[in-house]
Amino acid sequence: MTSIKGDAVAGATRPSLDTVMAADHVAFSYSSAAGAHPVLGDISFTIARGEFVSLVGPSGIGKTTLLRVLSGLMQPTAGEVRLDGERVTEPPRQLALVLQDYSRSLLPWMSIERNVALPLRSAKVARTEVRSRTAAALDAVGLAGDSEKYPWQLSGGMQQRVAIARALAYQPEVLVMDEPFASVDAQTRFDLEDLVLRLRREFGMTVLLVTHDIDEAVYLSDRIVVLAGKPAQVADCLDVPLGPIRDQIATKALPEYAALRGRVLSEIRAASAARTDKKVG
Amino acid sequence: MAPLAAPGHVLTWRAFGRLPRLALTVARELWFAVVVLALWWVLSSGSTSFYFPPLSEIWARFQELWLFDRVPTDVWPSLRNFGLAIVLSCAVGIPLGVVLGSLRRVREIVSPVLGFGWALPKLALLPAFIAVAGIGDGMRVSFILAGAVWPILLGAQDGVRAVDPGLRDMARSYRFGRGTLLFRVLLPAAAPQIFAGIRTSLAIGLVLMIVGEMLVASSGLGFFVLQSQQSYALVDMWAGALLIGMLGYLITLLFTVLERFVLRWHFARRAMHAAG
Repeated sequence: MTSIKGDAVAGATRPSLDTVMAADHVAFSYSSAAGAHPVLGDISFTIARGEFVSLVGPSGIGKTTLLRVLSGLMQPTAGEVRLDGERVTEPPRQLALVLQDYSRSLLPWMSIERNVALPLRSAKVARTEVRSRTAAALDAVGLAGDSEKYPWQLSGGMQQRVAIARALAYQPEVLVMDEPFASVDAQTRFDLEDLVLRLRREFGMTVLLVTHDIDEAVYLSDRIVVLAGKPAQVADCLDVPLGPIRDQIATKALPEYAALRGRVLSEIRAASAARTDKKVG
Repeated sequence: MAPLAAPGHVLTWRAFGRLPRLALTVARELWFAVVVLALWWVLSSGSTSFYFPPLSEIWARFQELWLFDRVPTDVWPSLRNFGLAIVLSCAVGIPLGVVLGSLRRVREIVSPVLGFGWALPKLALLPAFIAVAGIGDGMRVSFILAGAVWPILLGAQDGVRAVDPGLRDMARSYRFGRGTLLFRVLLPAAAPQIFAGIRTSLAIGLVLMIVGEMLVASSGLGFFVLQSQQSYALVDMWAGALLIGMLGYLITLLFTVLERFVLRWHFARRAMHAAG
């Protein structure tokens, strides 16, 4: 297995490419009366413009903490996050977030359309532009006919489409998603995965996906960053050379897909086994 | 995937049209009150008791007094003071509650005082109010305000505190300004609890209005009822009590209509979750 040391992981940081986002020796620990609890060790990786990168790791490893640090909702205790070369100290304008729990990120007192338009209105975008961007975003996720409905009148999958439309209308450089499909049924998850792949091709977006679902990570990504250890570190970083166009049936039947899936799974297994051993010993 | 269907009964009622639906709602709401009034009317019809005059007499007096002879002198001053005090309670309670709900440190310092103010029987303060503010309308408004502000303040505070952390993350990540955060996220989220607070304030305010008038006024409904009793005009007293009861009911009813309208998203969502 690859050595567990931030910079040492081959391919994690690629400064030569057109880097949009960079985590540079990011560490995070919670402090309490009992002392500091390190959650994230020394984490470094970069994301190139237009790239689809997944962060995978066993549950409880601190993926959500890392996502909150990367998106500027929390400050790292050491190291820094850079977006377009600038240090991230608060949620940056170039970034849009899609969270797992759509029902807690959409406003139930506003129609779908007003939910999607709200970040633009808050940013004082001109009225006509708000209207056209909102309509285009809802159209792109297939909800053009539902704009007057309220979020709670829609199924879970449709609500997550609204959250994605809101991010699209915001026109971010980087779309960050935290377990976005974990709360919907399997068929809906496939539909949403293909939707995100299509939007990403159409709009040339950079996507960072945080997930515990290895199939999802391999199916969607150009590159997978595997997190392991306690505190969490980058255990491996692998390219997914499956091309830009993917298919739920054909892609998943490819031997390369199976090989990649097996490799990520065994790394995560090894990592969580090591953690269990440590606890027992 | 098809959107979830609206709860069944809404569709059924629509099929009947608006008017029968309204009539049915009113009938369902009032039939028991009508039964009670009819019983009162019949059972009291032959009454010769000085203390319990026949309802027919009370009703006749009710019409003489309140339609609309004494409305400008007794009803209007009471309702004006009450309305003003409730509006001021909202104007003070909602902003303070939002601030306290947002600032944990300040809340922790202030909350024992709030608990004390909420628990203190406001009647205990009446002598102090008279001493400081005299016995005019200003005192009567501030006395109602002193009792009615607490449920609104606490409702706003708890409502803002309960705002989902996920919504706050969303608001931060989309860089919402203070105005957007306050008026599009925090206040709507806290609105159901603010409305529950106002409902309690209306009940408390009505009691304080009547009591204040009974003890220290020369006009108003409370004054009228007490003075009637003291001058042995018991029919007048009952007519006044009947009006106070009706006003209380009407105020609550109007408030419910307002609440259903402002929070229609809330009630529709709840109905859908209950049906689903």
